[in-house]
Amino acid sequence: MTESLLFGVYVFVLAIFVGFEIITKVPPTLHTPLMSGANAVSGITIVGALIAAQTAPPTVSNILGFLAIAFATVNVIGGFMVTDRMLGMFGQKKKK
Amino acid sequence: MIQQIVVPILYLLSAVLFIRGIKGMTRVRTARKGNLVAAFAMFLAVAATLLLMGVVDYRWIIGGVIVGGVVGGVAAVKVKMTSMPEMVALFNGCGGIASALVALSVVWTDSVELGKVETLGSVLGGSSALTVVLSVLVGGVTFSGSVIAYAKLAGKVVKGEPILLPGRHVINALLILGALGLGIYFAFVVEVPATIALLAVIVLAISLVLGIMLVIPIGGADMPVVISLLNSYSGIAASMTGFVLNNNLLIISGALVGASGLILTNIMCVAMNRSLANVLFGGFGAVETSGGGGGASEYGTVRSYTAEDAALVLENAERVIFVPGYGLAVAQAQHTVKELADLLEKHGTEVEYAIHPVAGRMPGHMNVLLAEADVPYEKLKEMDQINPEFKNTDVVIVVGANDVVNPAATKDPNSPIAGMPVLRVWEASTVMLIKRSLSPGFAGIKNELFEYENTMMLFSDAKKMLQELVAEMKDVLAA
Repeated sequence: MTESLLFGVYVFVLAIFVGFEIITKVPPTLHTPLMSGANAVSGITIVGALIAAQTAPPTVSNILGFLAIAFATVNVIGGFMVTDRMLGMFGQKKKK
Repeated sequence: MIQQIVVPILYLLSAVLFIRGIKGMTRVRTARKGNLVAAFAMFLAVAATLLLMGVVDYRWIIGGVIVGGVVGGVAAVKVKMTSMPEMVALFNGCGGIASALVALSVVWTDSVELGKVETLGSVLGGSSALTVVLSVLVGGVTFSGSVIAYAKLAGKVVKGEPILLPGRHVINALLILGALGLGIYFAFVVEVPATIALLAVIVLAISLVLGIMLVIPIGGADMPVVISLLNSYSGIAASMTGFVLNNNLLIISGALVGASGLILTNIMCVAMNRSLANVLFGGFGAVETSGGGGGASEYGTVRSYTAEDAALVLENAERVIFVPGYGLAVAQAQHTVKELADLLEKHGTEVEYAIHPVAGRMPGHMNVLLAEADVPYEKLKEMDQINPEFKNTDVVIVVGANDVVNPAATKDPNSPIAGMPVLRVWEASTVMLIKRSLSPGFAGIKNELFEYENTMMLFSDAKKMLQELVAEMKDVLAA
């Protein structure tokens, strides 16, 4: 237990620091798109959902997986699309 | 070979691309590409996972993707920019509950459905068993908290005001301890699968109640903080699910989102001069206003003007700054503001926009609304940038903002908002306040700016008044 947990904690803590380092000084203009984009990234849980939904007959675990996929996909597809839509509005003016 | 080497490499590539993508999203020039990179990373992660699973029964997977894809896609295309906070809240909730459901599904697959009389800890390994509990807890809180945040933002059910239950801190502490206690009990002590299943569902139920309890006492003005924090939670929930599945990609991506949410939370707290603890536990807005400045409704001389009066002043202004607030979003008046600004610029007036960090209902909300109305983002000035400029400004037009332009924050040390950074609009020659009434803002306190001699109150719906101003300015230009 300790070994895999510790390894995971290492990865987790380092990734948090990477996050803090790369997201310094976000201009306020981008707060909303950053949040909705990051939000879409949290839909990565879809990877777990895929694994959970793979069994064939409708069992409880399978239905839970199906629901997880549906929710995670809303998060992923909706999140990336709406972020792109917002950022597109910022881009327009440059061309004009 | 594929499963041991190719898939992990693809996962690593995906994690790197997520980092690149999020980094890109922190700069205007690279933001759109960053978002696409992150989306590609997600695609890669899904592809790698399908590769890992080999040929399986895809019916449920495809079904879930279609349902979620259609709902998410339609919502993303249809949503109004003014409703963005509500939608981000809902998406957050979706991510949170998905993580919780994956964790629950693992409990069913590896324990309940196998029917083996063994603890979860020995079936999954202690690390996974422990994180199943955390994943369910954080995911559940994220989901119900986000739904309540949505309801508050949309003005449904709860009208945005804080709801303070007596003894709520004790109740919340008991709920957290109860969920953790029961969680550890079902993960490491219970051996009967049916009991494990029951307790897992109970932990989910407790976490859902906890999410509601944590968000209902928080007032509408604090929503930017709450959404940022829930954003962070949804990342943490994904990370915890990564621990359950021993999947580093989930741990890394979740941690990135967790960090980004925390950074935004911190920015919002600084902008309101409040600590996170104060936002979460203080129940601001319901706190009694501590003397200083009198009641919220007692005003002395307030000068009310018409659009025509205002247009006469605007005609002679060389420099105008707009201060948009949430009222502008509610009235959907961003396009009318832009129309008025265009007219002023045609008239030779210099126009800029001062954006307070917590204007709107989520971080950066006002910037998005004005971008939608085609206002170039170079014209949107941050508070620190614009504050020294007000004294050289002829007219400031405040549209639907109140607390963020309250002089009490700098002048009255006893004010509840004392020390909160505000836009010093009163230093301009003339301040026009477009407001429906003298009603207080979310902080529930009086704004003495309304009584200042250089203040012109324009009592009206924001959009209506702006339209009248546009009409008046057109006359001026035609003359």
